[in-house]
Amino acid sequence: MSMLSLSDVTVRFEPKDKPAVLALDDVSLKVANNTFSVIVGPSGCGKSTLLRLVAGLEVQTSGHMELDGEPIGGPSADRGMVFQSYTLFPWLTVRENIMFGPKLKNLPKSECEDIADDLIQAVHLNGFENSYPKELSGGMRQRVALARALANDPRILLMDEPFGALDSQTRQAMQELLLDVWQSRRKTVLFITHDIDEAIFLGDEVHVMSARPGRIQKSLDINIPRPRGIEVLTSPEFTDYKKTILSLMHKQVVGSQQPEAPKRATA
Amino acid sequence: MWTRSLFSPKTEIARPVFISLSLASVAVVLCLWCLLTYGGITPKDFLAAPHEVILAGVKRVANMSLLEHMWASLVVILSGFILASIFAVPLGILMGSFRAVQAIIEPITGFMRYIPVSALIPLLILWIGIGIEQKIMVIFLGTFFQQLILISDVSARVSKDLIDCAYTLGADRRKVVTRVLVPACMPGVMDNLRVTMGWAWTYLVVAELVAADTGLGYMILNAMRGLFTDVILLGVFTIGILGLITDFFFKWARRRLLPWSADF
Repeated sequence: MSMLSLSDVTVRFEPKDKPAVLALDDVSLKVANNTFSVIVGPSGCGKSTLLRLVAGLEVQTSGHMELDGEPIGGPSADRGMVFQSYTLFPWLTVRENIMFGPKLKNLPKSECEDIADDLIQAVHLNGFENSYPKELSGGMRQRVALARALANDPRILLMDEPFGALDSQTRQAMQELLLDVWQSRRKTVLFITHDIDEAIFLGDEVHVMSARPGRIQKSLDINIPRPRGIEVLTSPEFTDYKKTILSLMHKQVVGSQQPEAPKRATA
Repeated sequence: MWTRSLFSPKTEIARPVFISLSLASVAVVLCLWCLLTYGGITPKDFLAAPHEVILAGVKRVANMSLLEHMWASLVVILSGFILASIFAVPLGILMGSFRAVQAIIEPITGFMRYIPVSALIPLLILWIGIGIEQKIMVIFLGTFFQQLILISDVSARVSKDLIDCAYTLGADRRKVVTRVLVPACMPGVMDNLRVTMGWAWTYLVVAELVAADTGLGYMILNAMRGLFTDVILLGVFTIGILGLITDFFFKWARRRLLPWSADF
């Protein structure tokens, strides 16, 4: 049974004084239980809108979305999200940030603390439990954000370019850590990125989106065995996937740079 | 070359250099004052000499009159300021984040912020007399509308992502306000309270220049009638020092209460 299912989802923004934008056009997508699913696309293709839609932070113009067979409404703790910008609550320590969700659920204090300690261990932040976010590096902040989203034990974890602001070494380390955590906890993940390497390295499946209007252009299964280490990045199958995705994305970028061009056929 | 750092923008300088420069600037003003008075450049009843101000201070501390004036002024300024803050902080936070509250309050604040509070004093005297309530009201009106606008700006700047994030963690709208919006506003609120406290001191003198029989503003005005420039200067210095103390208090409180916020 597929866990997250989007059928014919369309989002049209109609700002005043500006032409309407078709952000998402008839997007259909299924993400199976416990699958790590990645959406890759050029900037402005509506991939963030898609994620915010699933999170309940935006509303679709038409179409239908379901999680475990129930229609998706407003935001809720069963769809955790990690943002690209740093969204830790600066007035809470690392531990308190992670306990934010469990405390809202009114879980007993000892249980909240157990959840937090367990996750601090999982994202290797021992020794920083009582630090404030301002004392942490960018990579550490995003690890706390990941732990905080997982503390609610959500049914699906939504990640909106969470490592986009990090330098490339930190990003690589974060990707490996994320896979570690994911392998031990087995969550359904929907991950957004514009970085093709990141998409292939992380994903069980990669959905390539086209630029405006945003559509799922092609979905690929990534058959690279897990656990995946850094050596995967230079393997021949990785390069093959990369070529395929690059050519799909290249076509769009070239296409989208010609706004005056007559209506073009989309694949 | 250590002199390089003096002339490069946004470059740290050694602490001793910083302190010497600060002391030098105070010393220059003091020397100038001494030169003008002891040098006989200004007439005696135009500008009092430093020792005369000190003597005036010693005398008025000894007979308690300076402390009485200080106390009277502090009661007025603190009552007006605290009263204004109690209303302006919550209203400002709501105004910056709820369009409906903004729509209701903005026309009034937008108008009131341009009215100098001194223009309202005649009305206030007519309505509530010349007692302490009138002076408190002057401070209240002078600070409240400014605080409201500044704090609403702080609230409007709270990152939308922070709010969205709280929703995805399971917070409802009420919890988003109490657990995210309000704490996120606190550093900005503290900074603006500190700034408006400085303005409140200005309004205090305005309030006490008109119809008062006690307070530092009254002391200054009364001294003018007898050309006692030593007492005028004493009043000015007292206000300056009290202002500095409140400023230090706000800085200390911010560091103490909001240790998590970025240094400033």
